[in-house]
Amino acid sequence: MPQYTTFQPKPYRPRMSAYWYLDQWHYLRYALRESSSFFVAYFCVITLIQIATLKAGPTHYAHFQALMRCPVIIILNALALAFILLHAVTWFLLVPRVALRQVLNRPTPDLIASTPNFMVWFGATLIVALFILGVF
Amino acid sequence: MSSAKRSNEPIVWFLFGVGGFFAAYFLPIHIMLYGLAFPLGLAPDPGYDKTYALLQNPLTRLYLFVLIMFCFFHAAHRMRLTLSDILNMRHLNTILAFVCYGGAIVGTVAAIWMLAVVH
Repeated sequence: MPQYTTFQPKPYRPRMSAYWYLDQWHYLRYALRESSSFFVAYFCVITLIQIATLKAGPTHYAHFQALMRCPVIIILNALALAFILLHAVTWFLLVPRVALRQVLNRPTPDLIASTPNFMVWFGATLIVALFILGVF
Repeated sequence: MSSAKRSNEPIVWFLFGVGGFFAAYFLPIHIMLYGLAFPLGLAPDPGYDKTYALLQNPLTRLYLFVLIMFCFFHAAHRMRLTLSDILNMRHLNTILAFVCYGGAIVGTVAAIWMLAVVH
């Protein structure tokens, strides 16, 4: 019969500071990148407000335009743009880096691996901008 | 034999992934123009009539619906994980999931309601 001990060791739970993301630049960058989600949700709400005011008529849309000119909203929008650009760049750099490995005999450099994403981004931006500006 | 419980995670990760691409490709230009360039007078605002005409096009509404829905679910999933991991709120996981995904569902329903019919 095997002998069992009644001793039950406690699971090891390392203590973590509440501000662990300030310990290293990599952690802080991760925290900032993840925080972009709040700004994505924020601008989706702004877009919904814009659609609602557009449907409500020119007077309501003028109120929306006045709201967008408010300094607090402009600062929020600038912050949102910075965070979403951080999201975009880090997202595009996530693409698999194995595509050209057979040709180059080494992992595909970040720039080459992510170039198609940046090209699609540029194209999508241009097309949406031309539609919004009324060129098409 | 009891069947293994199926996880919902693949669904939310799928929505997160697709939303990540939409947010990266399309949101920056919307913020640049409607959020900064037009209010600051850096680009000519097309005004109510042209913007409303654009909204009347069913393809524009489909684009806006897909953009808003996926971006809301992308944001919801990342917000849940951010609050859970970075702000150490793992013990509130069920409440966070309810609030974040619930918010995304409300946003999606609002988008359908606003975009379904435009006269």
